[in-house]
Amino acid sequence: MNMVKNSLGRLVPTEVPGLGNFRPFEGAFAMAGTKAKHCAFETDAVPRGKSKITADIRTAIINSGLSDGMTISFHHHLRNGDKVLEMVLKEIESLGIRDLTLAPSSLSDSHEFVADYVRSGVVSRIYTSGIRGRIGNLVSRGEMEIPIVVRSHGGRARAIEEGSISIDVAFLAASACDDRGNMTGSFGPSAFGSIGYGMQDARSARHVVAITDNLVPFPLTPKISIHQHLVHQVVAVDSIGDPDKLATGAVRITRSPQQLEIARNAYELIKSVGIIRPGFSYQAGAGGVSIAVTQYIKKHMTDKGIQGSFALGGITGDMIKLLEEGLFKAAYDVQSFDPKMGDSMLRNPTHYEIDPSCYANPMNCGCMTHELDVCVLGALDLDVDFNVNVLTGHDGYLRGASGGHCDASAGAKLAIIVAPSFRNGVSSIKKQVQTVVTPGESVDAIVTERGISINPRRQDILEMALKANLPVKDIEDLRKEIISLTGETEPIDFDESKPVALVEYRDGTLIDTVYKVRS
Amino acid sequence: MNFVRPRRSMLYMPGNNPNMLQNCCCLGADGLLLDLEDAVSPDCKDEARRLLTYFMRNLDFGNTEVTVRINGTDTPWWRDDLKEIIPARPHAVRLPKCEDPADIRELDSAISEIETAEGIPSGSIEIHAMIETAAAVERASEIARACPRVSAITLGGQDLAADIGVRRSKEGVEILYARSRVVIAARAAGIACFDTVFTDINDAEGLYKEASLAAQLGFTGKAAIHPSQVRVINEAFRPEERAIRHAEKVVAAAKEAKIKSIGVYAVDGNMVDGPVVRQALAVLAQAGISCDPTEVL
Repeated sequence: MNMVKNSLGRLVPTEVPGLGNFRPFEGAFAMAGTKAKHCAFETDAVPRGKSKITADIRTAIINSGLSDGMTISFHHHLRNGDKVLEMVLKEIESLGIRDLTLAPSSLSDSHEFVADYVRSGVVSRIYTSGIRGRIGNLVSRGEMEIPIVVRSHGGRARAIEEGSISIDVAFLAASACDDRGNMTGSFGPSAFGSIGYGMQDARSARHVVAITDNLVPFPLTPKISIHQHLVHQVVAVDSIGDPDKLATGAVRITRSPQQLEIARNAYELIKSVGIIRPGFSYQAGAGGVSIAVTQYIKKHMTDKGIQGSFALGGITGDMIKLLEEGLFKAAYDVQSFDPKMGDSMLRNPTHYEIDPSCYANPMNCGCMTHELDVCVLGALDLDVDFNVNVLTGHDGYLRGASGGHCDASAGAKLAIIVAPSFRNGVSSIKKQVQTVVTPGESVDAIVTERGISINPRRQDILEMALKANLPVKDIEDLRKEIISLTGETEPIDFDESKPVALVEYRDGTLIDTVYKVRS
Repeated sequence: MNFVRPRRSMLYMPGNNPNMLQNCCCLGADGLLLDLEDAVSPDCKDEARRLLTYFMRNLDFGNTEVTVRINGTDTPWWRDDLKEIIPARPHAVRLPKCEDPADIRELDSAISEIETAEGIPSGSIEIHAMIETAAAVERASEIARACPRVSAITLGGQDLAADIGVRRSKEGVEILYARSRVVIAARAAGIACFDTVFTDINDAEGLYKEASLAAQLGFTGKAAIHPSQVRVINEAFRPEERAIRHAEKVVAAAKEAKIKSIGVYAVDGNMVDGPVVRQALAVLAQAGISCDPTEVL
């Protein structure tokens, strides 16, 4: 494998057997202005009058023409509640189909069974945003011959549209679907909200199979998210999953004094910059800190009578309260962090369901992340150059997700990373971050409970933060302060002859390589 | 830089909880009350002392005032508390259930011995005396003047209410006299005074009202029993905007005068001297605005 240094000094391959050629990362905005590619692909046509109802998943797989070496996709909207991926892989295995590329929009904790299908040879390549648990460990231990490719949500949309990911069969869970294939995730017993990732895959796959536990008479009412002209087969199953597990471990306001202090610092920074003004746009995650920041912002907007423009991203119930109270004119929802968001989309005409290309693809005619004023994002760890890792843990194992992190950070006028100064006794700020997912060039500030560090590229923000008397610290000083409490960590024993994951930046260039963990 | 320190909020932290202690200096409190008394059970006193000493020696507290509440002089633990704590140089030691100036003098003497043995400048560690009984309220002035180390007296409202046989109310009428008496005793002695805790950690509005009353009565600051109370207290003790603007003018004029070596100058037609500048620095500190006194004095 020929390795070259990219503009961050990270070694990345230029070609990988089984995957193809790659370009090294050249800068967060180096590819801006280049022509977008749109691939043409053949798709199966469904003859007029032919029923799309298929008895079971096994038959649907056979009908789809899936065979060895093809690419299958899934959306991850049900996250830890998803049952569809396992049902499909089980039938694929029993049909003896092997050597597949698994290209879901992401993999959650509950998808760790994928490890079994890698070992059995059913899956030989994985393209994903996130990877965790048993399958993350398997990859990190170098058990896959071909490295996985990690893409951001915007990057995956770009890769699909340009043909870097060519989906043969998309298996899309729907909480309501009619016999023609009109479907949605907004209502039904297993409603999960936005089906944004499914919208992208339905448009781009050679063959689309809708899988639903709520088959309803044609026409599907009152809402269709994916229309019938994109869907080849419809399979009814007992259950597509448990939407109550969709938001496990997140989406509640924190009571941790430390996290509240981080949120307070982030809010004070946003306020000091003067960006919360009429027309304000905002994205925050579903973590406790992000939700607390949103609450502070909500109070500020209410007190000052400010109406913002839009909220973006993974949409949570607290964000919809801002919409319904008139603090934002619209909410753009590529994935819902609360199963009740389907109800919201039905009652709020400006709670829009969008696909990930509209959300974050840098190579189209204008994505929503590029409209953002402020984004508040988390991190596993980060470094003194403001590079951020959201993919590998302190032990070097894959246990995170790229998500929309680098997309929002590159797009927002003010990109803030919030993180506790240390976790489990290990500093969150490193000399050099283990894995770069989001380049420091696109990060404006890092906020911890111990202080705020502003990227030297943003002298304007630095001046405003200092004027507001905020606890601004040089990032190296902040790192040293934390290290004085935690001590330095031992370097991880990576086998640098064995890349296990390639981290693609949103523009398709390689920003970093993750290696096999030896111990 | 030796910044003038704000003293609006004093946050209690259990002395035997490392998880809370490691983050205590970044919760926005002006002062920390590291507790060896009520928050620590008798069988955990030794480990709490060792833990606190370790944290005080190793943690950067920045501009935050660090006070250790030791066990009372009527307990078997207070001398051991001092032996471990004083060498780690807290800003002050808080003595609970102080009823008699003699308690203070005994504590003063014990601290002096350790200061001498450890080579710590004599008298550098201050004493905060807690007024928690009716008898103590009656002797508040004597306690405030018991020795030069006493830099603050503080009201312990829960124990005081129990001692006078009344229940605490949110309005606080039952301890209003004691509050005023403590303020007057402290101010007459030229020292600080801190109000008692507000126990309902979910009632930010009630806390704001009580802290505002304490500020109005003349308290320097107020104790907090949960980090969520800190910002509310700080806000309640924030000086009026007019006073802050005036203080900013005074400090700006003082900075310029120092650069130009001008001895006499005026702000808004009034002559400015050292005490006026110091008062302005104190107002800005209470507003949470840091100033370096060496730039203006």
